[in-house]
Amino acid sequence: MFKRFINGFKTAWKGLSLTIGHLFAQNSKRKIMPVSSDNYFKQMEGTNTIQYPKQQLPVPEVGRYQLEVEIDDCIVCDLCAKICPVDCIDIEQIKATELIGTTSDGSPKRIYAAKFDIDMAKCMYCGLCTIVCPTECIIMTNQYDRTVFELKDLTYEFSDMTPAEAADKRELLEKQLAEKQAAKEAAMKQREGGV
Amino acid sequence: MNFYLKYFIVAAGLFAFSGFFAMFGVYAERKVSAFIQDRLGPTETGKYGVLQTLADVIKLLMKELIVPAAADKWLFMLAPAIIFIAVYMGFAAIPWSNGLAPSDLNLGLYYIFAILSIETLGILMAGWGSNNKFSILGAMRSGAQIISYEIPAGFAIISVVMIAQSLNLQTIAAQQGILSHEQSKFLGLWDVSANGGILSWNIFRAPHLIIAFVIYFIASLAESNRAPFDIPEAESELVAGFHTEFTGMRFAFVFLAEYSMMFLVSMVAVILFLGAWNTPLPNIGVVRLADWTTGTVWGVVWTVIKVLLLVGVQMWIRWTLPRLRVDQLMNLCWKVLTPLAFICMLVSGIWRLWVM
Repeated sequence: MFKRFINGFKTAWKGLSLTIGHLFAQNSKRKIMPVSSDNYFKQMEGTNTIQYPKQQLPVPEVGRYQLEVEIDDCIVCDLCAKICPVDCIDIEQIKATELIGTTSDGSPKRIYAAKFDIDMAKCMYCGLCTIVCPTECIIMTNQYDRTVFELKDLTYEFSDMTPAEAADKRELLEKQLAEKQAAKEAAMKQREGGV
Repeated sequence: MNFYLKYFIVAAGLFAFSGFFAMFGVYAERKVSAFIQDRLGPTETGKYGVLQTLADVIKLLMKELIVPAAADKWLFMLAPAIIFIAVYMGFAAIPWSNGLAPSDLNLGLYYIFAILSIETLGILMAGWGSNNKFSILGAMRSGAQIISYEIPAGFAIISVVMIAQSLNLQTIAAQQGILSHEQSKFLGLWDVSANGGILSWNIFRAPHLIIAFVIYFIASLAESNRAPFDIPEAESELVAGFHTEFTGMRFAFVFLAEYSMMFLVSMVAVILFLGAWNTPLPNIGVVRLADWTTGTVWGVVWTVIKVLLLVGVQMWIRWTLPRLRVDQLMNLCWKVLTPLAFICMLVSGIWRLWVM
């Protein structure tokens, strides 16, 4: 009983002396250094608070935070939208009537992206879309701070086509399809007539 | 007429002081807790965040006062006022300096101890009136805890009263310094009536009062519902205990009461054990340190310094020790502190009869 009493005081004092040590050791602010630094986990002295907008931890160059699409390199294959586990990528394809160019790695582009929206509010940052992309046009950047005031601003729009252009291309495609259909029908008729 | 005016001014002054102290206390608590945990605490509002509590007060003033539909309306609305007034009334009998006390009561100590118990009533009213099981549990715990801890605290105080032979706080204070009319002996051996200072404080006039002081201090933590005895709040199991349902200024009053209570119990501890408004510096030969640092203004300074140190210790303990369980709390109170306080009382009697 007496021993436990003494022990209680002893352990309480041990804790109290530990905390008072910390109370009076607050003379240095935390040094900002990257995680890769050798000293990162050895910062025992001073405060640990990072005053965020004023102080920022350096981010690795290969950080994987926000999604970014290089739309000029996109062949609108829709693979990223298909693999996305949370369906946050919304793509609308319009087939082109002819070859519209090549990507930087030489892949032929035959489809227009009328819409290429990524809803970052839904995104779970798994990175699967960046893996399946054949032209590596969808990537994750090292930029992590993108604060918006409205939820709809979290839907990033990457397509550079205006609605007018999209309507134009859609009309062209329809015209081409109609022409093809007409040519097909004419050929059928000719074959029937021939027989 | 002037008679009443003086009372109103004193009452308003004490109210202003408790409000000011609560603001300072909350800020200090935040900074102390932050530094103990290697954080920075408030930094944005004002230089070093000094205006943070003021901003919080303004925020609380603007909040809506919600009364739950099923609550017992009158009990619920009155509870914060009663909790605060009980503590606030306690300030009436406290001496701040030699000849400077709102009320020089002959029964000062008895009065403070009695009026502080009313806080339990307010807490029970808050718990019952909220019509919320967490609140009533918190209130019951608080009632059990405060009633239990009043016993060791009471006996620790009686030990001092037996040494001092008075319930008048001003008399008890005056005995512990150079202004004393009676002889005071350091550890019962060395006559230090002319030296004063720390040597004639109650804890050194009768050294067993150091134990009584520790008992009183622990009990006072429990009575002001401070950690490690904050089971009435116990946010991990009771949400926030008896003040779960309170909003806005009602909530603020509960906190005002808590911080005023911290100040009050520390002040009682200072008056009873740590020399009250007397200086800690003794006269040494021709170096009359005690004579130089005694006076009405000096008295206030010494009181405030000593009390703030004790409040600092309360905060330090809060951010170090984990919360006790109910049974551990009762065990400590009834099996450890109460017998020890009894022994202290017994030794006080012997000391008064044969040593002093």
